[in-house]
Formats: sequence, C-alpha cells, structure tokens
Amino acid sequence: MDKQKYAKLVKESSPGSNVAVNCLRAFFVGGTICLMGQIFKNALLAANMQQDDASLVTAMILIVIAVLFTGVGLYSKLGSFAGAGSVVPITGFANAITAPAIEFKKEGLVMGVGAKMFLVAGPVLVYGTMASVIVGLFYYFLGGR
Amino acid sequence: MKKYVGNQTVKFASPPSITAAAAIVGPKEGEGPLRNCFDFISPDVHFGMDSWEKAESEMVRQTVHLAVKKSGIPIEEIRYMFAGDLLNQIAGSTFGMRSFGRPFFGLFGACSAIGEGMALGAMLLDGGFANHVAVNASSHYCSAEKTFRLPLELGTQRAPTAGWTVTGSGAVVLSAEGNGPYVTAATTGAITDMGITDANNMGAAMAPAAAAVLAAHFKDMQRTPGYYDAIITGDLGKIGTTLLHTLMDEEKFSIHDRHNDCGLLMYDCEAQDVHAGGSGCGCAASVFAAHLLEELRSGAIKRLLFIPTGALHSVATLQQGESMPAIAHAVAVEV
Amino acid sequence: MTLFWAFIIGGLICVIGQLLIDLTKLTPARILVIFVVAGCFLSGIGVYQHIVDFAGAGALVPLPGFGHVLAQGTKKAVNERGLLGVVTGGFTAMAGGVTVAVVVGYLIAMVSKPKGDAR
Repeated sequence: MDKQKYAKLVKESSPGSNVAVNCLRAFFVGGTICLMGQIFKNALLAANMQQDDASLVTAMILIVIAVLFTGVGLYSKLGSFAGAGSVVPITGFANAITAPAIEFKKEGLVMGVGAKMFLVAGPVLVYGTMASVIVGLFYYFLGGR
Repeated sequence: MKKYVGNQTVKFASPPSITAAAAIVGPKEGEGPLRNCFDFISPDVHFGMDSWEKAESEMVRQTVHLAVKKSGIPIEEIRYMFAGDLLNQIAGSTFGMRSFGRPFFGLFGACSAIGEGMALGAMLLDGGFANHVAVNASSHYCSAEKTFRLPLELGTQRAPTAGWTVTGSGAVVLSAEGNGPYVTAATTGAITDMGITDANNMGAAMAPAAAAVLAAHFKDMQRTPGYYDAIITGDLGKIGTTLLHTLMDEEKFSIHDRHNDCGLLMYDCEAQDVHAGGSGCGCAASVFAAHLLEELRSGAIKRLLFIPTGALHSVATLQQGESMPAIAHAVAVEV
Repeated sequence: MTLFWAFIIGGLICVIGQLLIDLTKLTPARILVIFVVAGCFLSGIGVYQHIVDFAGAGALVPLPGFGHVLAQGTKKAVNERGLLGVVTGGFTAMAGGVTVAVVVGYLIAMVSKPKGDAR
C-alpha cells in the first residue's frame, strides 16, 4: 500500500471530534467566564472606578481565580470538558503560565519555574508584542493623529 | 548451527523458558478490566516519590525486584538485565536498574521495548551466553506527558484518536532451561514509515510496522495466522487495530478472529475515557506479564504471537514536521 | 443588557477557537497566538472597539481582547511620546495582567504539586 492510499485509509478510520458538542461546551463555559468578567466590571464601575482601570482589575481578578483553580488541579479538569471555552479567555493565559511553573518546579527555580513559565504563554507575548509594534508603526506613519 | 530462518526471523534451537514475570501499575490501570491480574496496584501515581521521573524509576525497581524474587533465582545469577522506557536517555530504566549491580543493556524501541528485550534476551540464552536474563519495560502517564506533550495542569482537550499512556511496568525473567512457556521464535521488525505526522494518532503510525513484521514472520516461519491461538499487538489502540486488520487482509493473512491489542485489553475504553486505548512501553509489558502469561500457563492460549509496537519520533523531529517512523517486533511464545 | 451580550459574544469567540482546534488540528498555543494577533490588528484598524462597546467583557476577556489592549495601549503611547511609543506601548499595556499572572502563578507554583490525577 502506498502512502497516499494509506493516508486516505487512516482518515476514514479515525473518528473526528464531536464538533457540535465541543462547540456547545466551549460556548457555555467561555460565555460564563465572560459573564463573570462583566459582573465584576459592573461592580467596579459602580464603585466609581474608571473604565480602563475597571477592565484591568477585572482581568486581574479572573487571572487570580484561574491561577488558584490551576493550583488545586481544577483548571485541567475544566479544560478537558470545555476545550477552547477555557483556553481562549484570559483565564486560559493565566493557566498557561501556572501549569508549567508547577510541572517544572523539580527542575529548579531558575531553569525550571523561571524558564518554563512561558512555555505556552511566551509565544503569545512574543507575537502580541510584534503585532503591537506593527500597529504602532502604521498608526505613527499613516494614522489619524 | 544456523538458528536464523527466512529474512528476519530467529527460530530458537532450545527455546528459552519464561521463568517468572511481574507487573506493577498505577491506580487508573488498577480500575481496568485486568485489575485482578497485576501483582501490585499502586494507589499513588507518585509511588512515594517527589518527581514523576523518580516515580517511574521506583516502579521499575520494584517490578524487576519482584519478578526476580518470584523466579527464585538469586539476583547474582541473573547474567544480563535489559530495560527500556520513553523518557529521554531512558532515565526511568537506568535509574530504576542502577541498584541491582548486574550487567545491563539499555533498550530504546519506544513502546516495542518489551518485545525487543525478550528477543535479545532469548538470543543470548539460546546462544549459550547466559543462563538467566531479566527484561523490563515501563511507562508513566505523568512523566510521558511531561516529556512529549504539555504540562499536566494545562487545561486542554485530548484528540479522539489519542491514546492514554499506561502507568505501568512489566518484567520477565527468561532462563535457558525451565518448564515454559517457551520463547520459540522472534522476528525483528524493520523501521517502517508511512508518512503519518499526527502525534495524536500513533496507532496509525504503528499499524504498518505491525503489519510488516507479522507478514515477515508468517513468511519466514512458513506459517499462517491460524497457527497461533492469539495474536496480540502492543498498543495500537482502536484506530490502529482497525488499520492493522485492513493491512493484513491486503497481505492475505487475515487475523480478525484471533487478534487483540494490549491497549484495548488494559482499559475499559468508554468508561475510563481513554479515547483510542492504552499506549506506552508499560502497556504491552504489563499486559503480557500479568495477563497473557497467565493465559499461557492456564492453557487458555497455547500458542501466542506477541507484537509490541513503538513509534520512534522525538519531540524535536515532530516540531520539525517529520513523520513518525515506527517499529514492531514479533515474539512467539508457546506452552 | 451588556451582561447578555458579554455571555453571547464571549461564548461565540470561544466557539471560533473550538472550531479551529477540532477542524484544523491547530494546537492551543497556536490558537492563542492567532487570537492575540488578530485582536491586535482588528483593534489597530478600529474594528474591535465596536465589539467591545457592544459586548463589554465578552470582547475584553477572550484573548483577542488582550490584543485589543495592546493595540490601544500602543496608540495611546504613540499619541503621548511619538515614535518611542511604538516600542513602549505594548509592554506598558500588558504590564498589569502579565505581572499579576506571573507573581500569583509563581506563588501558587511554590505551594502546589502536580496532581497527576490523570487518576
């Protein structure tokens, strides 16, 4: 059997993900996390906090909750149920920082925790920074200042 | 005297005997269908240690110690020891075996390690180079995830085609003479690569290797699948099993009626949420040591063809976009 | 009403992520990168702000919102410091979130052990 024919056979034999169920779960969990965020933000705004500060503090609260969930082993369970629903919100970013820090603690505080903390989150910061510089350049040279 | 037949098979002149075996597994494996077969089910995935690597080494040490103890052979008379696992530089095996102080051969054949070790050990015995050898293969879910995938606490979903690395270790003690079951032949597989790049579908990468070594074995030994009561592969899982059946049908060696896979025997796939089934060096090794050997001893199986399968990629080769080469070794065990 | 739309839009953004995972075999790390970069560019051209105005946390909490914060921070810095703002804006904007994640994540890592309850 040649490789093309085998690849086709593999495709036919391998079950796909249950996309509908996964999407439904992602929708409800992701939506609920965002809803919590909005509730926190509304409370902060009601306490006379400024719009931008309220957004930042909301993100911080969600991050702290996600880190705590990761520490007690609940975020991985949530993740296996919710998929992208708990990966895409900012809480997923916090989980991505904390999970390797816990896992690689045995390899020491510097090359273990320190270096591996950004195993998954690092690329986000790298490409986020690159994108922000590109946006900044366009804005500086072409933007509506 | 010539002991090799056909293209890649060894037919033992005085088949070595499996004197004893032991299998130690983790708690999840201890909830599976084979729960009553294992020598010891650790309630703790840490095996009392403070890192996953140490946990795997401790599991290896305990398993080999137990197998040798069950054989009644003093450890100084075990001429050679073989062991393999999935960690970098097979650290699980070397750290687990270091306290025994016996001559040691390290194996890397990924999840085919137990077959590789049994074949090599039997050759040493039949060649007159040793009287007793011990072979171990192990894997640990947590150390394997850390090595090959992502941190355990990262909240991600597993692909439906992915297997579940068995936390377990299986050891066998082979002797030049004994009451059986006997290792009668071994066919060493060649590295087979059908271009599969999806690391979440290792059954698909390994099935062609299993098919190739099976076909080679039948041709070299001039046998048909019907010669064996059971043909048991290592860790192909559900998808790999389906693919193997199709590939064997093409080779005109149909095996449906007598084939099973250690990855499917290890877990209740639906209830235990392991997706495609069990995988890892410890899967074939512990299922053989705990279950298949008992079936041979009780006479439920008289002729077994055991084919541990392994995927030979590394994290670096995967990230570089290379496909996954695979290997399988066939070991015939008869009463 | 913002609560309702936060739930709906936030959920839908996650569904896009789920579709990418299930249908394209992209790893979660790649999805995070794509979302942050997409959010940053959409915000750069002024589209994302409309979604934020409409859905509040539903647009800010998912990672494109992180990209949005980066883009808005950079624009603000460019307004205040010119070309220098191009390089200071992004990091300044993400300082709060990242610092909290690093500090709390570090502390939690010090007191917890991988569970492996994989079971």
